[in-house]
Amino acid sequence: MSLEEKVKEIIVEQLGVNAEQVKPEASFIEDLGADSLDTVELVMAFEEEFRAEIPDEDAEKLTTVGAVIEYLKSKGFDKQLEENKSSNG
Amino acid sequence: MGFLKDKVALVTGAARGIGRAIALRLADEGAHTALCDLRKEWVEETAAEVARRGCRAEIYEVDVSQAAQVQACVDAALAAFGRLDILVNNAGITKDGFLARMSEADWDAVLNVNLKGAFLFTKAASKPMIRQRSGVIVNVASIIGLIGNAGQCNYAASKAGLIALTKSTAKELASRNIRANAVAPGFIQTAMTDKLPEDVRRKMLEVTPLGRFGQPEDVANVVAFLASDASAYVTGQVITVCGGMVMA
Repeated sequence: MSLEEKVKEIIVEQLGVNAEQVKPEASFIEDLGADSLDTVELVMAFEEEFRAEIPDEDAEKLTTVGAVIEYLKSKGFDKQLEENKSSNG
Repeated sequence: MGFLKDKVALVTGAARGIGRAIALRLADEGAHTALCDLRKEWVEETAAEVARRGCRAEIYEVDVSQAAQVQACVDAALAAFGRLDILVNNAGITKDGFLARMSEADWDAVLNVNLKGAFLFTKAASKPMIRQRSGVIVNVASIIGLIGNAGQCNYAASKAGLIALTKSTAKELASRNIRANAVAPGFIQTAMTDKLPEDVRRKMLEVTPLGRFGQPEDVANVVAFLASDASAYVTGQVITVCGGMVMA
């Protein structure tokens, strides 16, 4: 599973939205119906999935699907996902 | 009885006094307990009493003012019990002294345990409770947090802060079906109040309409109510348990 797919899966599960709605430009609050606590929960879910700690100053910029994907890529989590895949066989 | 059957409750300051009574009262209703205090051996007797009631007890040695210890404690309790339904922030200390002579260290010590400790535990416990979409938090404040007290500016501030923390928690987490309330005990007979001079104790009794000092069980009964579904529509409230000493 690619990083994009993983992120989308988490968003679908957390916010109870359809996968088709989860476009890169979609805003969690304006387009996906999240409230402010949902966005906190989302960050918690990303932290858990990627075993990362996302500082508050970064977290508050993660307002769209695309922003999350770009952020996680910039931190190298796409490569980490690849490595896990290859080490798992 | 048994209205908390198989719920999991974490109680801080569970070794003695009000914390011990709360742990036992929750166990009376069937709750399994994660018991915290500064020294593991202090909590062993409470744990044995919980076990005698047919409930599971795990004990944790934790300084509630240390974030890493608090997180580790909540993680360990979650690993042991699989869930967390009830958090009781009870751990509290006093370091009394007149404002004009109070040391910074005594101010910090009381605020760190009584207020920061509750914040750290609420923060750590809120994550699993949010995920569960259910949870109950009960903070043990004090009437001193409502009315103030000469010689207790640090304690009073910590307990007033705890009340404000309770209300903010209640507002923030209500949408996730998590309730937060506080109890504000008056003069309860514990090791903490045994330290007070006789004349203070007599004066306290004079202004207590019910004419007796409270027992830890009087507080524990109200905590059990707030932890249960019987209080399902109660959140962000402060319930005084003070024999009528303070009436809102």
